[in-house]
Amino acid sequence: MKLITAIIKPFKLDDVREALSEVGAQGITVTEVKGFGRQKGHTELYRGAEYLVDFLPKIKVEVGVDDALAERIVEAISRAANTNKVGDGKIFVYDLDNAIRIRTGQSGPEAL
Amino acid sequence: MMSRTLQVAKAGGALAVLAGSLPTLAMAQDAAPPVLNSGDTAWMLTSTALVLFMTIPGLSLFYAGMVRAKNVLSVMMQCFAITALMTVLWTIYGYSLAFDATGMSKEAVTLSTFVGGLGKAFFSGVGRDSLTLAIPETVFATFQMTFAIITPALIVGAFAERMKFSALLVFMTLWFTFVYAPIAHMVWSGDGALMWDWGVLDFAGGTVVHINAGIAGLVACLMLGRRKGYPVTAMPPHNLTFTLMGASMLWVGWFGFNAGSAVAADGSAGMAMLVTQIATALAALSWMFAEWLSHGKPSALGIASGAVAGLVAITPASGTAGPMGALLIGLASGILCFLASTKLKRALGYDDSLDVFGVHAMGGIIGAILTGLCADAALGGKGLAEGMTVGVQLWVQTKGVLFTIVYSAVFSYVILKIVDVIIGLRVSEEQETEGLDIALHDERGYNL
Repeated sequence: MKLITAIIKPFKLDDVREALSEVGAQGITVTEVKGFGRQKGHTELYRGAEYLVDFLPKIKVEVGVDDALAERIVEAISRAANTNKVGDGKIFVYDLDNAIRIRTGQSGPEAL
Repeated sequence: MMSRTLQVAKAGGALAVLAGSLPTLAMAQDAAPPVLNSGDTAWMLTSTALVLFMTIPGLSLFYAGMVRAKNVLSVMMQCFAITALMTVLWTIYGYSLAFDATGMSKEAVTLSTFVGGLGKAFFSGVGRDSLTLAIPETVFATFQMTFAIITPALIVGAFAERMKFSALLVFMTLWFTFVYAPIAHMVWSGDGALMWDWGVLDFAGGTVVHINAGIAGLVACLMLGRRKGYPVTAMPPHNLTFTLMGASMLWVGWFGFNAGSAVAADGSAGMAMLVTQIATALAALSWMFAEWLSHGKPSALGIASGAVAGLVAITPASGTAGPMGALLIGLASGILCFLASTKLKRALGYDDSLDVFGVHAMGGIIGAILTGLCADAALGGKGLAEGMTVGVQLWVQTKGVLFTIVYSAVFSYVILKIVDVIIGLRVSEEQETEGLDIALHDERGYNL
């Protein structure tokens, strides 16, 4: 099993969610996050006081999937979140030791 | 005397004194004793409510939006507490110190040249039938009370986010007693009062309210020192929608402040309303365009700040300027207050948190001096007093400005020193970091 974590532009969330449903992801977890990368931040100005805002708001999407599905999930996110501009984000893929469905106690791929 | 007849409105119970120096009024009074005018009274009841509305919620929201979320309640609380405190002080002795004109006569220098007596303490002698001009004295006293409320509340912006609440209450009590009431008396209480006798034109409070509060704010922020982290740490306003709402309420409420200062529902009130609107609008645009030119974008905080600067600057002139004067005052205040609140503040490095000096002292000074110019009939103004030239009037205005600056600075400094010794002005570093809402009031503005 794999845990796939994607950092994407906030306005791309709906596209990514749709693309993930299409390739068969059973569920995702979404968090609002901030961070910096190669995309430059922006400045804010209040009565002459200029602030550089370098932590930009992003969305973190997490999805646990069976090994067989992992590649298609990564591909779906890459396609849906791409704007071809700096700041589109990153996808991280981890090995996942186990997964447990709390209601039934099932574990492994069938719990996903 | 012509132009002074407007200021007669401010004279409170000084009718008898005025009668001696203003022939036209005196004749009117000889002919018939003053009678209540219900139209004037209705407008002044309305104006009083409008000016109170400027402080709570107008100024409270204007300031609350500009501080960080952890201090939002502290500034709203300060404005609210000042409203209550000043009301009580005004009742006990404030109205009397400002407007008791017993025994005053033109050019006679006595204690009452500087401050009123205690004849009206606890509103003594102010009953249902007492009149000031053609309105009940109760209404006049309450109207003036709302000015005594907003002036100290303005100072809050200078030391926002770092002053002890207990120190603030003591400072405000002393400042009201030794600065506000005497200055209001010297400018507005009629013949025998210092700046009134000089011929200073201050219709609604350029010296009394704005220069007075702005200078006290500058002294206070210098004495308290900068906020921890200023100017390196980002301290962006936490909710500019509050600030825009507050500025809008100030704009509306200011019709009570300026047009109400006519103490009548008459042509003077009408012109005050018109020039207030014009100056405010042009100052809002001037600040916005100045910012657009120097920083590349027009901002909501900028246009709202410009509007307040215009309101401040037209205040002393609103009884004497015409529409052309209002345009001049609006343009000058928008640009100069922008420069003071952004460039000058940055260059000098003082931490006047919400620009009480940049907007109120600067706007007040610009307005007070230009009042002398704009009163001239050549600029569409009401016309200068007999025998007065523009040059002399400008000097008189400048003298009033300088006196107020020095008086407010010296007394504010001494009062702050005393409060600092007794209880300390500033919260601890830990409290400042935690935020005043939790540190001083055990509550937070937002539990989202």
